[in-house]
Amino acid sequence: MTGKPVPVPTPETQPFWDGCAAGELRLQRCAGCGRPYFYPRPVCPGCGSRDVEWFTASGRATLYSYVINHRPAPGFEDDAPYAIAVVELDEGPRMMTSIVGLPATPEALELDMPLQVRFERRGDVSLPVFGPAR
Amino acid sequence: MSARTGVIIAGAAETDQVGRLPGLSTLQLHLEGALNAVADAGLSLRDIDGIATVSSPGPVQVAHALGITPGWIDGTGVGGTSFLLHVRHAAAAIRAGYASTVLITHGESGRSRVGAAPFRLAASSPSGQFEAPYGTFGPTTTFTIPALRYMKEYGLTHEQLAYVAVAQRRWAAKNPRAAFRDPVTVEDVLASRLVAYPFHLLECCLVTDGGGALVVTSAERAGSLPKPAVHVLGTGESSETPMISQMVDFTESQAFRLAGRAAFAEAGIGTADVDHLMIYDAFAHVPIYGLEALGFCARGEAGPFIADGNTEPGGSLPLNTNGGGLSYTHTGMYGMFAITEGVRQLRGEAAAQVAAPQISVILGNGGMFATAGVLVLGRQPG
Repeated sequence: MTGKPVPVPTPETQPFWDGCAAGELRLQRCAGCGRPYFYPRPVCPGCGSRDVEWFTASGRATLYSYVINHRPAPGFEDDAPYAIAVVELDEGPRMMTSIVGLPATPEALELDMPLQVRFERRGDVSLPVFGPAR
Repeated sequence: MSARTGVIIAGAAETDQVGRLPGLSTLQLHLEGALNAVADAGLSLRDIDGIATVSSPGPVQVAHALGITPGWIDGTGVGGTSFLLHVRHAAAAIRAGYASTVLITHGESGRSRVGAAPFRLAASSPSGQFEAPYGTFGPTTTFTIPALRYMKEYGLTHEQLAYVAVAQRRWAAKNPRAAFRDPVTVEDVLASRLVAYPFHLLECCLVTDGGGALVVTSAERAGSLPKPAVHVLGTGESSETPMISQMVDFTESQAFRLAGRAAFAEAGIGTADVDHLMIYDAFAHVPIYGLEALGFCARGEAGPFIADGNTEPGGSLPLNTNGGGLSYTHTGMYGMFAITEGVRQLRGEAAAQVAAPQISVILGNGGMFATAGVLVLGRQPG
């Protein structure tokens, strides 16, 4: 059985994955216009500035949308059905994630419910996932 | 040639069969579609001086296999809408004098995977780092994610979403080439197995083998063709996001909206001028997003509009009259089949023929709301 995919960091994403390993969700923001953004890249998508900086986000988010997948990806056979979610971070950017600590049912997964980041070991990296806000 | 030179689709055809074709490779599907389209145009391969298709196998391979030496090449590969973009780019090339007659081909062994490129996603790519680790597994797990947000924002019901498949099956019932022709009810759709909640099997497109091709040329040739010319009146293209998680607003497609606006503006038409519509339907929610992005329905109203019967046979706005990706065929890059149906309707040779349409609009999607192309096609030069 194939294992779950393990992300391979690239130079521009390494600080994000280093943050995850340290138990922090790190985002970038533009030093010029102040806009926070995700996914990691060396230019502000709002204004094109290259003057961008890393900061540690709160890890708080709300559930923006999801599906409950019944046809598991390779490595996820034991998890199905499982939720593939997109959360909206309190800082504004959205990211795809897994939902942990809640059943993968429409009843348990209410849109806009508050969530908090957690980190799961996946190969060499720590992967940000989200569970109920404490 | 000038910026206002008319451009037409002179030939449009599909492979002899669509469906399950394990005896034909990806390249063979391209070539069969190409030969059928060139014959449909009443031309020969010697008339072709421009080539456009996606990788793989790519324009060099297709041109070489057919013995074409192109003076203009377009390998734009941005998913299932690529062929709409090829039409747009070909129109520009013809007006610029870079090509006179362009062949656009599609072939995909989507089901049988004969001679098909393997699916591969680098673990270091943005999607490989930020989506695949969460168990995404193709379009059923990604293209579908925005729908729940739309349902919450606008009150779209599961029954209304299911009705999209019901309406399209009614068109497919009239099309002998359609993969699925038996009538279905909302209850049938909701009773089909869950693929990725809230999507059931019948709300997801088919996976088939097939192909098709177009011949695009100057309107100056229109009078000498065996079939009625189909005029390219307006075109648009745009892109939004390579990852579904980064879509700006999960309740609307920006790329659909921008491509539609450009195409309608160029053609100088409004929604009331449209007699026939094709909206790429990889999943049941996509026609809903398309109707709203193109301005046929206000935000939140496309679900009820379809459920009220407006887009099915006998309705005011015939939509996806071949049965669509949900019931006709879907090779993976469905856009070609949306175009060929638009051409058939304008020529009056469709299986489920709409009464004398003058204008057909085609909206193509690429990736997961990643890219869009729109064509406004007309029976008359405009």
